[in-house]
Amino acid sequence: MTTPRIELAGVAKRFGSRQVLAGVDLAVMPGESLVIIGGSGTGKSVTLKIILGLIAPDAGSIKVDGQEVVGLNGAALDAHRARFGMLFQGGALFDSLPVWRNVSFALGGSIAARRASAVANLALVGLGADVADLKPAELSGGMQKRVALARAIAARPPIIFFDEPTAGLDPITAAVINDLIRELTTDLKITAVTITHDMHSVRTVADRVAMLHGGTIIWQGPLASLDGCDNAYVRQFITGSAHGPIRMPGAQR
Amino acid sequence: MKPFVAIGASVPGGLAAVGRLARFAVTALMRLLQPPWYPAQWLQQMLVIGWLSLPVVGLTAIFTGSALAQQIFIGGSRFNAASTVPAVTVIGVVRELGPVLGGLMVAGRVASAMAAELGTMRVTEQIDALVTLRTDPFRWLVAPRILAAVLVMPFLVLVSNALGVMGGWLLATQRLGFNSAQYLATTARYLEADDVISSLVKAGVFGFFIALMGCYHGYHSGGGAAGVGKATTNAVVSSFILILLSNLVITVIVFGS
Repeated sequence: MTTPRIELAGVAKRFGSRQVLAGVDLAVMPGESLVIIGGSGTGKSVTLKIILGLIAPDAGSIKVDGQEVVGLNGAALDAHRARFGMLFQGGALFDSLPVWRNVSFALGGSIAARRASAVANLALVGLGADVADLKPAELSGGMQKRVALARAIAARPPIIFFDEPTAGLDPITAAVINDLIRELTTDLKITAVTITHDMHSVRTVADRVAMLHGGTIIWQGPLASLDGCDNAYVRQFITGSAHGPIRMPGAQR
Repeated sequence: MKPFVAIGASVPGGLAAVGRLARFAVTALMRLLQPPWYPAQWLQQMLVIGWLSLPVVGLTAIFTGSALAQQIFIGGSRFNAASTVPAVTVIGVVRELGPVLGGLMVAGRVASAMAAELGTMRVTEQIDALVTLRTDPFRWLVAPRILAAVLVMPFLVLVSNALGVMGGWLLATQRLGFNSAQYLATTARYLEADDVISSLVKAGVFGFFIALMGCYHGYHSGGGAAGVGKATTNAVVSSFILILLSNLVITVIVFGS
């Protein structure tokens, strides 16, 4: 039996009086593209940050390639993080550095080698060498997302997390980003976990879909089974209906 | 009783905040002692903190030194001591006004900028991005700022002292009728090595507090734009208070006996 690339068991996290995660069980197989859907504030980003070791869980186990990673620190934690690339929701590009230094930030070698690598990775996401010396603030939102994508893949990590990759983008740019993610994960044989509200993203990027609600995974299955799913929460989410079991916090019943 | 209850209730929170700040400072200082180092970051911060602060520190020193000389002349004239202008001006500028006003001006310019920059990096997840790219934010962001501030503040205060004394000399010779050579000779006679050394020690301490407060409040910023604004205000206010408090402590230690 193949060992899951990422395996979460009973992961819980509370912020003050708010129980964000209440026992998340989830497995991602090597080379699989999993999309986690769920409403705002359901703990999707927290789940990714807990796996990366940016936030410590209150309880539960996280294994990457069969090795427990909860409680790692120092060099072991660095080695754990080296297996991941991350595309943050807002891009999180370093404002003070030009594009090429952002893309090659985690790479070693001479300046010339790092710059050449940055330009090659920019080409993979459809950007020319002419943007390499620009500052992130000089780029459009879509171009910033592409640069962030180039940075996430630059070190060729075996696992990449995409946090709301199409948030704030127009539909055409969002479609381009979705296609890029699909191509890159397939071509580079990367295990990907994407969190999104965008159903177009889900249908383009996912091999498998999981829904996070109430701090737990309430449904998961292959993309092909999503539309035929009879889970009322999932149905409400994928149809974008205001009527159903999911209520906005503070909404009148 | 209620005010006392409120004060008592805030004590544990205050002590915890001091503990967090101390741990932050120790972590940053430990990172300075261990590789990897980022010398390009150090040099960039020295430029930002030192070179770019020169105009505001210099102008403050010239204006304050001139005003001080004018006030000493007016006050001294009341008991026939107007001739003390050069001596009192140099002591006042070098021991107190040069380092303190220089420190406050740099705090206003630099602590606020550090808090705003790091705070924005925090709320836009740039600090999380640094971590995921296996770069320690303390080594990359905090340690270079603290080191640069501690190293360049003494140079800024030296310039501030020189320009402050020059401001006094300029006003005294151009407006109050002092002889230029005599003014400078008196200034040199009353300026002692202890004055300069204490001034530079103060500058280094002020630089440490300025960078520490700017980085600490920015690093722990949250809550979007409002949170960054609050972090910036807290950085400036806390660095002002620490500058004035540490100035008093150093002055009492060095000159109190």
